[in-house]
Amino acid sequence: MSIFLDEKTPVIVQGYTGRIGTFHAQEMIDYGTNVVGGVTPGKGGEKHLDRPVFNTVKDAVRDTGAEASVVFVPPPFAADAIMEAADAGIRFCVCVTDGIPAQDMMRVKRYMRRYKREERMTLTGPNCAGTISPGKAMMGIMPGHIYMQGNVGLIGRSGTLGYEAASQMKAMGIGISTGVGIGGDPINGSAFRDHLERFEQDPETHLVVMIGEIGGPQEAEAAAYVRDYMQKPVLAYIAGLTAPKGRTMGHAGAIVTSAGESAAEKVEILREAGVGIIVRPSEFGQAVAEALARL
Amino acid sequence: MDIHEYQAKAILADFGMPIARGGIAYSPEQAAYRAKELGGEKWVVKAQVHSGARGKAGGIKVCATENEVLEAANELLGRRLVTNQTGPQGKLVGRLYIEEATAIEREIYLAFVLDRSSERVMCVASASGGMDIEEIAESQPDSIVRVPIEPAVGLQDFQAREIAFALGMDTGQLPEAVKALRACYRAFRDLDATMVEINPLVVTADGRIIALDAKMGFDDNALFRRPQISELRDKSQEDVREMNAADRGLSYVGLDGNIGCIINGAGLAMATMDMIKHVGGEPANFLDIGGGASPERVAKAFNLVLSDEGVDAILVNIFAGINRCDWVAEGVIQAMQKLDVAVPVVVRLSGTNVEQGRQILADSDINLITADTLVEAAEKVVAAAKFYRSASAEAEGSQA
Repeated sequence: MSIFLDEKTPVIVQGYTGRIGTFHAQEMIDYGTNVVGGVTPGKGGEKHLDRPVFNTVKDAVRDTGAEASVVFVPPPFAADAIMEAADAGIRFCVCVTDGIPAQDMMRVKRYMRRYKREERMTLTGPNCAGTISPGKAMMGIMPGHIYMQGNVGLIGRSGTLGYEAASQMKAMGIGISTGVGIGGDPINGSAFRDHLERFEQDPETHLVVMIGEIGGPQEAEAAAYVRDYMQKPVLAYIAGLTAPKGRTMGHAGAIVTSAGESAAEKVEILREAGVGIIVRPSEFGQAVAEALARL
Repeated sequence: MDIHEYQAKAILADFGMPIARGGIAYSPEQAAYRAKELGGEKWVVKAQVHSGARGKAGGIKVCATENEVLEAANELLGRRLVTNQTGPQGKLVGRLYIEEATAIEREIYLAFVLDRSSERVMCVASASGGMDIEEIAESQPDSIVRVPIEPAVGLQDFQAREIAFALGMDTGQLPEAVKALRACYRAFRDLDATMVEINPLVVTADGRIIALDAKMGFDDNALFRRPQISELRDKSQEDVREMNAADRGLSYVGLDGNIGCIINGAGLAMATMDMIKHVGGEPANFLDIGGGASPERVAKAFNLVLSDEGVDAILVNIFAGINRCDWVAEGVIQAMQKLDVAVPVVVRLSGTNVEQGRQILADSDINLITADTLVEAAEKVVAAAKFYRSASAEAEGSQA
């Protein structure tokens, strides 16, 4: 098993016919993802990559039974695309788009609360690399071949640092059940905590690795969840030891503005909650191997 | 993006926030003329720089005659003001705001921020103004009021009244206080701000409420739809290197160390800097060249990093995901052939086609050091920087 996504999950692509959407849709299809079509308003009825194009997400869901959607829509229109997916009954949405205004995301989060919790779409991103269940399917922009199938759940705010971790693990023969990118923006669709809960319930996942960074309250919230509810071991690395206060480090959300948001403080909070700390970013593979050996 | 105090005040006044009368000046003569124009007996000359704590740094002067205004302006204009927020290089004072002096009865702290925990706009206020919020949180934490605002309906009057009462306003001041709070919230919402800070908001001796200082920050991701805000950008307040980087689609933050970093992805960049620190080095910069890592981008990145004279060695760490290491390797070689790179360069590639990429680097006649793992790369670049520094110190010594 994996969380959110496997080779059967019917996936649509929003922003399907654009240059970026086309390129990554093809990569997803090549990896084995069940891409059943896409949405580009005004191009409904056409065929693209041998699959149907729809005007609206509702049309796509009705005709294909799509359950998941990946959004490659440009920043000014991306919040709208996410809300459209939520309203059409999509269960799981990956928003890759980087550069969505923070207040748009605030409104998206507010809008999604109109659905009952059990009917509410899970959103990952924006500004994320995507989600992959290695050997089965992927939604996003990650290079599939660097991931090996296995029993480690991976959750991260950063794309390339997630690749680094996955390839260090693969080099040691360690695989991943599902890798979830939650994105580098100040307001995310979902947080570490939401995915820890799912990994805790997933029988295929034996251990979870969190890759956090400076800025925001998410890592501390995850620490409290691990302390109170998690049985499975959790390891964490927090990037940004050398980041100065008040400066944005690439990701819009990677900025220390208040107490508890620096890398050193987050490490301390996680350690106190019983999370294993990966001190150096060169030790993902080694640390996970040791933790797996202790199971 | 940040703007100046006088710009923030003009915006907030448009939304209904009461401010003192004032005017902008670019020269001492203009400053004196502004004082004459405003009339009255006392003026405040305020250096316009993108930083708080200007008063403590000598950037705000109270003057009793037009001549004093002239002298204060003469002293401030063209100077670099160093506050506890600007770093040692300070920020250039190119404009002054001349304001009529206000008789203050008490000072209040008022801010609207984007709260990442509740994912809403939050009003943060305290009856103890005049110091920054961290000092208030330390000395009088109970005085801080926090009110989250529901995005669907905005700030309600009852919330504004609750805040006003908590700030010690009396019944007579209530309508004005509610109006001031609504003005801040509406400016925040309508202009895609990330921060509005009025510190202090003052109650004057005659019972009025006035924003004595104002700071606003805006969401860079929303500037595409806020052209009137983009126009307020003052490039003289930005770090030249960071500005050049941002204008070329690179994300750069200058630091104090001596190891230049060229990396793709923000998380990997921060992690690589951490790694340098772990093995005893200090990074000179954060630099994310984005996912693509095309030869043009790599060349731009080298130019940027080399413009920092404190750099003794460069570490290039690229994880090729969608692109390929062989292509990135070609890019690095092309960039180094074009540029005159005197400092040692360590390159670590990983990801797609890593073997071909390493082979291309090994076969080239460009002088660079390669590394396979993150720890090896960090150790090699720290050693190379030490060697380069001692060699150049020796060269200087022999010339003398």
